[in-house]
Amino acid sequence: MSQLVFIAFQDNDNARYLVDAIAADNPEAEVQHQPAMIRIQAEKRLVINRETMEEVLGREWDVQEMLIDVISIGGNVDEDDDHFILQWN
Amino acid sequence: MAIKNKKLNLKDKYQYLTRDMAWDPSYQKKEDIFPDEQFEGIKISDWSQWEDPFRLTMDAYWKYQAEKEKKLYAIFDAFAQNNGHQNISDARYVNALKLFLSGVSPLEYAAFQGYARVGRQFSGAGARVACQMQAIDELRHSQTQQHAMSHYNKHFNGLHDAAHMHDRVWFLSVPKSFFDDARSAGPFEFLTAISFSFEYVLTNLLFVPFMSGAAYNGDMATVTFGFSAQSDEARHMTLGLEVIKFILEQHEDNVPIVQRWIDKWFWRGFRLLSLVGMMMDYMLPNKVMSWAEAWEVYYEQNGGALFKDLERYGIRPPKYQDIANDAKHHVSHQAWSTFYQYGQATNFHTWMPTGEEMAWLSEKYPDTFDKYYRPRFEHWAKEHAEGRRFYNNTLPQLCQVCQIPTIFTEKDDPGQLSHRQIVHEGERYHFCSDGCCDIFRHEPEKYVQAWLPVHQIYQGNCDGGDVETVVAKYYHINIGEDNFEYIGSPEHQRWLAIKGKAPEPAPERSGQDAA
Repeated sequence: MSQLVFIAFQDNDNARYLVDAIAADNPEAEVQHQPAMIRIQAEKRLVINRETMEEVLGREWDVQEMLIDVISIGGNVDEDDDHFILQWN
Repeated sequence: MAIKNKKLNLKDKYQYLTRDMAWDPSYQKKEDIFPDEQFEGIKISDWSQWEDPFRLTMDAYWKYQAEKEKKLYAIFDAFAQNNGHQNISDARYVNALKLFLSGVSPLEYAAFQGYARVGRQFSGAGARVACQMQAIDELRHSQTQQHAMSHYNKHFNGLHDAAHMHDRVWFLSVPKSFFDDARSAGPFEFLTAISFSFEYVLTNLLFVPFMSGAAYNGDMATVTFGFSAQSDEARHMTLGLEVIKFILEQHEDNVPIVQRWIDKWFWRGFRLLSLVGMMMDYMLPNKVMSWAEAWEVYYEQNGGALFKDLERYGIRPPKYQDIANDAKHHVSHQAWSTFYQYGQATNFHTWMPTGEEMAWLSEKYPDTFDKYYRPRFEHWAKEHAEGRRFYNNTLPQLCQVCQIPTIFTEKDDPGQLSHRQIVHEGERYHFCSDGCCDIFRHEPEKYVQAWLPVHQIYQGNCDGGDVETVVAKYYHINIGEDNFEYIGSPEHQRWLAIKGKAPEPAPERSGQDAA
């Protein structure tokens, strides 16, 4: 059986950069556009890297900034100063 | 990034907050300070294993919450100043908000109380911090929802006394009793019920596709509070999963206890969500996805991945999951049929779907809608057109546990009502399902005390013996304003006036005695 992790963001200006960064670091991820939200799912694992976000944004970025725009997640969370990872075992 | 290294990293900050600011008591016994930690039989040997993967500290919490609030209230202001209520898809949509404000927002407040209470009950500092933050979040949700809907209250009926109605109205005992059950349980059952079963497994179904639907129906205020609340839920969900893993890792004896709680609270949550299914399929004029589709994505797919992950602890998917999965084809139709029949006793309006809406339902429910529900709906629409809008005057039999009328059908026989009954200490009790009956059997002393609205009316405890008096005096529903059929209601007329259209004829009310 497939085991998908997912993250959903509000469809706003901040999220555009998050989606770009996630797409760059997770080429297998599927991006779904729904009214007012963007949902991204991937098999087993999805990562957001601070370094990629900082490149995309052109400024320093704290991983916890994503708390403002996230709507929902599915998967075990592993977060530190450099990345946010969702995964199923 | 040399500057960053001067600051504490996330892990260190979190460690300081949740470990180094706590202390071991020296002149009182731990079990006297945390008396509720033992009686459920959960064994915790090492609280230091508790981890919050978000590692949120209070300074970061206030910073991000303040930013969310500023964004949210700017949108509320813009919505009100620009008469945003005039831009929604159709006034029928507002009826979903009436159900939300009286059915869901008080649960946010109940969750606040629940987390504030259990946050005091754990001897582990990490758990106490997590519960404290969640309590504050839940209070915020209750407040922001009331603020968002206060604008609608100026222009629409039925939103005027939600907290009062929550404590009294027949169908609102369904959400109310759900949370009362959780709040009157021990602290570990409360976390399993609310943090895990409800927040992690089921709330996506309420806050994600329904809120996306709110956006699709032009309701900027609701989608914004919904997603702002849900951004906290992402933390709560993570907590829910960590709670379960933590309890299961602490001792193998915890596994069967937790499994029983998961079975119970999955079933209770599934029953509660019947209301949301109906909101999505019948109360959103512009449709995003059907209830069955939402169930497939957010329960079958996401829940499936979750329970596969938990297999390693000896946890299996919830009992009766197969019945719930099959019921996705039926529950929204059965719930809407019920509310349509009892529209004389609701704080919102009901109606029959239009031809176009029925075509959508046929497409989304190819195996069930045309066969089981369309004929009934077309009959009611015809009755209404001929001046006989149907209202049911017989109060329904309620399930002793979920408190929903026994309206659901058997899994492999949609023509057969699902009904169970048992005799306990000389009294007969009725249930909608094996799921609810099992819950009763395990703790009959709890559920014999249920405050069942229909029983209470018949016993004369609701300010009167007839439906009209109960609805007006006891529920505070304004008869002829808040209740009955939508078509031709004062609210419908007002909406037509806003849109510059001619008024509709007044509703017929023959066939019922509550007018």
